[in-house]
Amino acid sequence: MEQDKPWALISEVGGDCGLLEDHLDIVKRHFQVVCYQDFLQNPELHGPQVQALLMWRYYPEAQPALLRMLPSLKVVSSGGTGVDHLDVSFINGLGVKVSNTPGVVSRATADLAMGLLLASARRILEGHLVARDPETRRIPLNLVGTDVSGATLGIVGMGDTGFNIAQRGHGFEMDVLYHNRNRRSLEDEQAVGATFCQNLDELLRRSDFVVLAVRLTSETTGLIGSRELELMKPTATLVNISRGQVVDQDALVQALRSGTIRAAALDVTHPEPLPRDHPLFSLPNVLITPHVGANTPSTGGRMVEMMVESAVAAIRGLPVPNEVKPN
Amino acid sequence: MACLCYLRCVRKLWAPAQASQRLKVANLHRSVHQLQHKKVMAEEKPWALISEVGEQGYLEEMADIIKPHFHIISHKDFQQNPQLHGPKIQALLLWNGFPVVEPSLLGLLPSLKVVANGGVGIDHLDVPYINSLGVKVTNTPGVVSNATADIGMALLLASARKVVEGHQVAVDPKTTHIPQCLMGVEVSESTLGIIGMGHIGYKIAQRGKGFDMKILYHNRSRRSVEDEQAVGATYCENMDDLLKESDFVMLAVNLTPETTGLISHRQLSLMKPTATLVNVSRGLVVDQDALVKALQSGTIRAAALDVTYPEPLPRDHPLLGLPNVLITPHVGTNTLTTSLKMVQQMVDNAVAAVKGLTAPNEVKPK
Repeated sequence: MEQDKPWALISEVGGDCGLLEDHLDIVKRHFQVVCYQDFLQNPELHGPQVQALLMWRYYPEAQPALLRMLPSLKVVSSGGTGVDHLDVSFINGLGVKVSNTPGVVSRATADLAMGLLLASARRILEGHLVARDPETRRIPLNLVGTDVSGATLGIVGMGDTGFNIAQRGHGFEMDVLYHNRNRRSLEDEQAVGATFCQNLDELLRRSDFVVLAVRLTSETTGLIGSRELELMKPTATLVNISRGQVVDQDALVQALRSGTIRAAALDVTHPEPLPRDHPLFSLPNVLITPHVGANTPSTGGRMVEMMVESAVAAIRGLPVPNEVKPN
Repeated sequence: MACLCYLRCVRKLWAPAQASQRLKVANLHRSVHQLQHKKVMAEEKPWALISEVGEQGYLEEMADIIKPHFHIISHKDFQQNPQLHGPKIQALLLWNGFPVVEPSLLGLLPSLKVVANGGVGIDHLDVPYINSLGVKVTNTPGVVSNATADIGMALLLASARKVVEGHQVAVDPKTTHIPQCLMGVEVSESTLGIIGMGHIGYKIAQRGKGFDMKILYHNRSRRSVEDEQAVGATYCENMDDLLKESDFVMLAVNLTPETTGLISHRQLSLMKPTATLVNVSRGLVVDQDALVKALQSGTIRAAALDVTYPEPLPRDHPLLGLPNVLITPHVGTNTLTTSLKMVQQMVDNAVAAVKGLTAPNEVKPK
């Protein structure tokens, strides 16, 4: 029966942060849904009913003030892999579980990482602008890029996404290096031709392309600062599809200005979006996309399915798939 | 910093050369370089006609590959006194279509033995006519394949995941929040249909496989089972089948009379409305007017082109105004190492032809 279905709180449907209509249909199979704006009209009515908070693009934010209005809340299901925006310990302390959606975004994100790497290396943006420029009269001969095939790809963070990036790089006959907290199995390494670098510095020195695919934690915050950028080749490119805070952005600006590295391609910054006068925008050797790593039609749908699955399990008191525990 | 990179590249290329030549490259001290240059000038070397050394022609690093084997004369210097210079020239080194190989030029080069093209495509050369003058034509297959395959994949990914639009939104002064509607299409596990499975097409298949793409291909002749299995490619004898099933159609054919206008209204209408056309062949392989209509009407989703006809397009061409078109100005081989390898291959071909030997990459008319 419709009325028997538990209640879930979401941000909105449509708009810039909301669930798409297709996604809403997936949710409605298992939940009655209240949107944040409607909830705020009458928190006393809906508050006690809500058992699941389905967080999409970081909204609704799981702030203490909101959580206090949800006495029956059993689970916060976050769409995406990263949970750096959630205080997991605090939420668990309220008797509320947290889940995420790992794995499902890793291929789409790996695809984007390669897209950024190739676009930067071969100067796709500049090429397109020249091709369209009303002043262009001849084919330019000096729009020269750097090789991807046969170059050295250094992957920092070899989880699902990093491994998928290695596979793609391997297809380009790249020499793949990786640095990770733990070494992968020999089988995994051989499948993608990857060599483990125990020492991050060694990876930074050897790579033509450094791709950041780590989670944001206290250890990885500011992982790439001026020291690390100095170690990189002056012909190297930094690609970031992790979180903006993994990189010391001021140090990055300096490194790009001074030619310490060749270029950067970023799907993530801090904050998002950047303030409109940020120095990164004034640099010709920076490519930025607005956090589109998971933006493919099927990825979104799969993420919502996983969120719903986790939320349903939590409400039924069953083991929660993709539960996130504090470190 | 850039010099070091060039030096490393040049060093790598010179590794197989003779010891004396290796010594020349290793020692870039200006005075020694000049001494060597004088020595080299005094030796009996054949003459080669090129476009020019400079931004519009050959970089110094590329000229340095030619100079040990040929005296170089630029087209501009040649034109000062064609009667004097013409009879000396035995090789014409053709880079980015210059100098233009016309009957009027060929008529001034009675000793010409070879037109050595930089690049694999020779659709701009009338090979039978040139051969009839007793002149060989050579190209540079193989060395261009990696860079061209890379551009094909770069265009495919940039189009699929809206990288250019994303950047423009990200840097737009009016952007206040991250947009949700910048939705791309899947690349992983989608179907890549490659038309033309030569050296370049095969490299593209290899790269597509890395994305777990399903690979279909159409070619005049079928590849070996071994080749197919190595990249997980399925042969489509009928090109229509490939067009119907592919999410990305990649053109990697030579331009010939058979492939001119290969992709026109009918072919575009067979493609999925969610499909993307990527062209790294030649502009004339596609009927551009048909493409414009298909893009405007949503018959296909998008196009990504490194090549058009002409190049560049007239500034009022409809393709330039369509939001679902990505165009790069024929940059397929534009990396320094690729350029250096191409020049080395041109030189090897020209040296052989001038000596009356078999050139490694001679192009014969069909």
